[in-house]
Amino acid sequence: MVDGPAPMRGFPRADGRKGIRNIVVVAYLVECAHHVAREIVLSFRDRDVHLIGFPGCYPNPYAQRMMQRLCTHPNVGAVLLLSLGCESFNKSALSRVVAQSGRMVETLTIQTDGGTRRTIGAGCAWVAATLDALAAQETVPMGVDELIVGTICGGSDGTSGLTGNPAAGRAFDRLIAAGAACIFEETGELIGCEEIMASRAATPELGDELRAAVAKAARYYATLGYGSFAPGNADGGLSTIEEKSMGAYAKSGRSPIMGMIKPGDIPPRAGLYLMDVVPDGEVRFGFPNISDNAEIVELIASGCHAVLFVTGRGSVSGSAISPVIKICANPDTYRRMEDDMDIDAGRILEGLGTLDEVAGEIVALTRGLGAGMRTKSEEMGHQEFILTYKSFEPIGPACLPG
Amino acid sequence: MSASEGTDGRLLLLSPEDNVFVAREEIAAGEIVAVEAAWVVVAATIQRGHKLARRPIAPGEKIIKYGAPIGSATKPIACGDHVHVSNIKSDYTATHLVGDG
Repeated sequence: MVDGPAPMRGFPRADGRKGIRNIVVVAYLVECAHHVAREIVLSFRDRDVHLIGFPGCYPNPYAQRMMQRLCTHPNVGAVLLLSLGCESFNKSALSRVVAQSGRMVETLTIQTDGGTRRTIGAGCAWVAATLDALAAQETVPMGVDELIVGTICGGSDGTSGLTGNPAAGRAFDRLIAAGAACIFEETGELIGCEEIMASRAATPELGDELRAAVAKAARYYATLGYGSFAPGNADGGLSTIEEKSMGAYAKSGRSPIMGMIKPGDIPPRAGLYLMDVVPDGEVRFGFPNISDNAEIVELIASGCHAVLFVTGRGSVSGSAISPVIKICANPDTYRRMEDDMDIDAGRILEGLGTLDEVAGEIVALTRGLGAGMRTKSEEMGHQEFILTYKSFEPIGPACLPG
Repeated sequence: MSASEGTDGRLLLLSPEDNVFVAREEIAAGEIVAVEAAWVVVAATIQRGHKLARRPIAPGEKIIKYGAPIGSATKPIACGDHVHVSNIKSDYTATHLVGDG
């Protein structure tokens, strides 16, 4: 008997999108509320209750928008907001956006709800009741053409550009052919790829935007004194900055580039998109993305149901809200850290598999996440999350042609 | 990525347009390896992840890997030569090569 893959099912949301998870998000709106939020989440360790938040006390439109996007992500079923009370985050605006999305939302304010212990108690009661309500929600059939998938690489080494990244690129091509929207990013690591990337743009004007985004990243990183080609890259066989970039760029596959977005912008239709993650304007607030999870959070804020994470050295990160599929590019790393790796791409170097076979496994797991499968990092409870200060101008009209 | 007809199985061709192979594992100095029906003697050990010329490359010619230019040859490169910082350079900007550490 031949079984086809299990059909995907999703949780329908009022905006027409569908989630492959039905998570309760507990969101602290300033670091001062972090502990109370975490204590609530810890009471539901093995349930789909995830901790997110913004630590800053001072207002930041980017962070506000990111939190609105994250709290109305299709994988999120309900939201509990944790405020200290005197921070500047606009909690009523966030609460309103979540309520308008049709989700259950509650705001607890520690200063007026009786301090740490009583707020934790009230939060746990709300989450318990909300989980019961979410458990009664029905799923509906869902297709690959309703998925948004992102990709990043982290902990890269000389194998990343040989196995994991091109395999992720081929997986992207297949997902896009099936109607999905896919997002790649890290403009600072695309220096040298701007012309070939522009040649794949849907319109010449979009090509100009892609070139400008890479030039902006080069300027930004130069100001920070970062972005050089390190001796270790040469030891690993990389000879030039553009060779290093091409290894990362391979994650984008070969599909035409349909648009350029910024964090929180949701791809309007199927196809491949570049996310410009480098802030606009003068350099402020420090490094654009201080760690891999900052990029993962931005991809999720743009609607990614799942993120393909290619690693050579061996990252163990997962994420709050959306599953992270870890693709291990290095066969030695895979053997050391098999429990953390969903996909063994390094075996290609050993002649034990092809890029197409590995791409097929990535696509199958991505689909499978909508049919009951879970990633290794989900199984082990990884829910990393980080959100910091940034500033962006809205994208221009040439960024999303047609 | 694929093996190339008549080529040593340790050499990977990442894209059909490429003029370099990538070593999937170390190839020792002095080994005689097949490169597309030619036999070449490897002059210096080529480590995993390093590049080897698929065909002769003239000075100024683009080095193609992943189907894309990753720099230009700075001296004549023979089929089977190790392709690295001693015989190719970035076409992008040398400023990214300075200021390390």
